[in-house]
Amino acid sequence: MTRSHEVQEITEISYSDLLVKAKELAEGGYRAVQICATSKDGKTEMLYSFDKDFKMINYRVNVPSEMRVSSITGFFWSAFIFENEVHDLFGIEFTDLVLDYKGNFFKLSSKTPWKTEAKKEVQ
Amino acid sequence: MGKRTIVPFGPQHPALPEPIHLDLELEDEKVIRAVPSIGYVHRGLEKLVEQNDYQIMCYVMERVCGICSFGHSWGYAAAVEGLMDIEVPERAEHLRTIFHELSRIHSHLLWLGLLADAMGFESLFMHCWRLRESILDIFEKSTGGRVILSFTKIGGQFKDIPKESLAEIVIILENMRKELLVVTNVFLDDTSVKNRMCGVGKLSKEDIMKLGAIGPTARGSGVNNDARCLDLGKYKELGFKPILETDGDCYARCKVRVREIFQSIDIIIKDVENIPEGPVNIPVKGMPPMGDFIARIEQPRGEAFYYVKGNGTKYLDRARVRTPTNANIPILVKVLQGCYLNDVTMMVMTIDPCISCTER
Repeated sequence: MTRSHEVQEITEISYSDLLVKAKELAEGGYRAVQICATSKDGKTEMLYSFDKDFKMINYRVNVPSEMRVSSITGFFWSAFIFENEVHDLFGIEFTDLVLDYKGNFFKLSSKTPWKTEAKKEVQ
Repeated sequence: MGKRTIVPFGPQHPALPEPIHLDLELEDEKVIRAVPSIGYVHRGLEKLVEQNDYQIMCYVMERVCGICSFGHSWGYAAAVEGLMDIEVPERAEHLRTIFHELSRIHSHLLWLGLLADAMGFESLFMHCWRLRESILDIFEKSTGGRVILSFTKIGGQFKDIPKESLAEIVIILENMRKELLVVTNVFLDDTSVKNRMCGVGKLSKEDIMKLGAIGPTARGSGVNNDARCLDLGKYKELGFKPILETDGDCYARCKVRVREIFQSIDIIIKDVENIPEGPVNIPVKGMPPMGDFIARIEQPRGEAFYYVKGNGTKYLDRARVRTPTNANIPILVKVLQGCYLNDVTMMVMTIDPCISCTER
C-alpha cells in the first residue's frame, strides 16, 4: 500500500497581508502556480499557490463580498491569466491588474456564472 | 519605423488544432506585441462538482482533455485519496505510472505530427500519427477505450492488467523504438526542419523562472520543474531523472519531447519488470471529510495542479484543475514579442498549447 502525497502547506492569511507575502515570494524566486476561488453562500475564498524547487506554499485569503482584491500581477506578471479567470467566473474585481481583459477573457453566455448568492437569513 | 498593423491569428488557423486567438501587433514583419484570448469553448467542468458526487467526478475530470485524459483522472483521484487518507495498492500505483507514460508517448507523437504538419512535412506527420496508433491500440485492448479510458477510480484502478498483456505492451514498445528512432531523427537531423527551429523563439532560464513556465517548455531552457520528481507514482523508485536541454529555442523544446518519448519507453519497461502482484483497488467507504487537499502530476505538457475541498458530504465544495497550458500562456506572449510573423507558427507549436485543457 502506498500514500505518496507531497506535504500540504496551506496558511490562512488576512487580506491585508497578501501583497506583502507576494512580494516576499517574488523576491525569493518563487513562481505563481495558480489562484483558485471558491464561492459559497456569497463568500469567496481565494487560494494562492506558489512553488520553488518543488516546495509549494499556499495562502488562503477570505475575501469579503463586494471587496476589490489587490492584484499580485505587479510581482507575478503571469498571474494575469488566473486573475482574469477568477474575475470572469466569480465576479471578483482586482485593482492594478496589469493585463485586464475587463470581463472578456472568457466568452461566456452569462456573467460571472460561478458566483453564488448569499443565503437569505431565516427570521 | 513601419506602419503598425494588427493581424488576428486564430481562433481558426491551419496551425491551431484548437481555438486560441492572438492579436499580433506587427511593425512590418516583426511582432511588437501579442495579446492572447481564449474562452471560445469554455465548458465549466469544475462546476459539475456540485451535481456529481466525488466518485463520478473522476469521469468528469478525465474529460478535461482528450490527449492526457488518463493523467487528469489520476491527478483528481490522487487529490481525493489524499483528502480521504486512502492508501492505494502498490500494483495500482505501478499501473498508473505505466498508463501515464503511455499517454505521454502518444501525446508527444501527436505533437510531433502536428509540428511536422505545420512545417508542411506531410509524410512525417503521417508517420508520427501512425506510430501513435500503436499506443491507442494498447489502450483499447487493455481498457476498452482509445481516448477516454475510464480506468482510474478513487482507491485504485478498475481492473488489473494481466502479466501477459503487460509483456505484450513491452514487445510493442520495443518494436516501436526502432521505428521511432528513424522518424525522430528527421526532427533532430534534417536540415529543413532544423532551419525552422534552431535559434528561433529563444527563452532564457530567467524568462522561464519569471513567467512560471512549465513542462518541456521550461526543460528546453534548462529549468527543472518536472512534477515526476515529486512523490506521486513510482518515478523515484524507478530512478527517474528529468530531461533538460539548455538552448531554449524551438529545437531544444522539440528535442526534450523526442528524448522524453524514449525515456517513457524505458520507464514503462522498467516498471513492468518491477510491478508486484496484488490487488489493484481498495473499497472506498465514507464521505470526503471537511478540508482540502492538493495533488500535482506531470502531464505531457507540464505540471497539472488539482485541488479538492470537501465538506463532509458526497459532493465536494470545489474541484479545481490548473492545466499546464494555463501556466504557459504568459510565456507564449513573451516569446512572440520581437519575432517575425513567419516564425509565429513554430513558436506557438513548440509551447504546445492544449486549449481543451485550458477551457476545462
